[in-house]
Amino acid sequence: MAFTLYSLLQAALLCVNAIAVLHEERFLKNIGWGTDQGIGGFGEEPGIKSQLMNLIRSVRTVMRVPLIIVNSIAIVLLLLFG
Amino acid sequence: MADPHQLFDDTSSAQSQGYGAQRGPSGLGYPTASASPQAAFLADPVSNMAMAYGSSLAAQGKELVDKNIDRFIPVTKLKYYFAVDTLYVGKKLGLLFFPYLHQDWEVQYQQDTPVAPRFDVNAPDLYIPAMAFITYVLVAGLALGTQDRFSPDLLGLQASSALAWLTLEVLAILLSLYLVTVNTDLTTIDLVAFLGYKYVGMIGGILMGLLFGKIGYYLVLGWCCMSIFVFMIRTLRLKILAEAAAEGVPVRGARNQLRMYLTMAVAAAQPLLMYWLTFHLVR
Repeated sequence: MAFTLYSLLQAALLCVNAIAVLHEERFLKNIGWGTDQGIGGFGEEPGIKSQLMNLIRSVRTVMRVPLIIVNSIAIVLLLLFG
Repeated sequence: MADPHQLFDDTSSAQSQGYGAQRGPSGLGYPTASASPQAAFLADPVSNMAMAYGSSLAAQGKELVDKNIDRFIPVTKLKYYFAVDTLYVGKKLGLLFFPYLHQDWEVQYQQDTPVAPRFDVNAPDLYIPAMAFITYVLVAGLALGTQDRFSPDLLGLQASSALAWLTLEVLAILLSLYLVTVNTDLTTIDLVAFLGYKYVGMIGGILMGLLFGKIGYYLVLGWCCMSIFVFMIRTLRLKILAEAAAEGVPVRGARNQLRMYLTMAVAAAQPLLMYWLTFHLVR
């Protein structure tokens, strides 16, 4: 029952890292989740799959630089304080 | 040091001189009859200027914080959620424990803005969830104390654990609302308010468990779980589902079905979390 806010932060950082390492060409295209494969027309509303692909693409674009910073801080802190 | 009476006179008149921030050089006119070190320090025009500069910096900083605080914490929006009175709290608590007879779950609007909780029992508020959360932490401490398992850091652990589950719930629901492309006016704070209502049932369960043992705990918790389930479904139905379906007419279509599943999943997660956060407290 030691589910603290700190472990939530750690889990969130790991999840965002996981999304950021999904490679566009080598992986996502091969399973049909590439960003150029998902654009349906100006149809009614995007389905769940295209929303997910949008989400992955935006997370990868937006969080690239902040992740570098946060990861560096996390590495330094974990080295210092275990 | 001078006697207390003179000291008091010195500092008060020094203050009334020194805080005239614009009158820097007036320190020269300060009565130099007193020889106490503070008066000499404050009479020095340089330190007067320094104090004036410092106080103007502080005023500027305060202004900056006041202007920008609204960007990070929507203070004005939060005030809406705390506009409650005793009658509303009483009715809302009754609704949380017995929602079966309530007919009209719509929030009344007043020119595009929802009415304050004081005037409509259906409006969400943050007072009850905040109070219930704090009471939950205290009651958890009480329960641990009666079983000789108490230590002060356990209180902090309980609090941060419950807060972490709440945050996780909010994030999960926001993510699923985004994936299902629901156009809803359900704001994040609304969501926090709705998810915080389950603490009321949890407190009831723990207290009954303390008084009557496991049987009382399971009975009251079961009752509160059912009530929260019905409450959440009836409240979220209006917010998440389309208008037609909200009136009770089952609308066909994959989209509405998905939304119904989402509502039921959110409502079903409440009893689970209520049990998970309390069962280790009642032995």
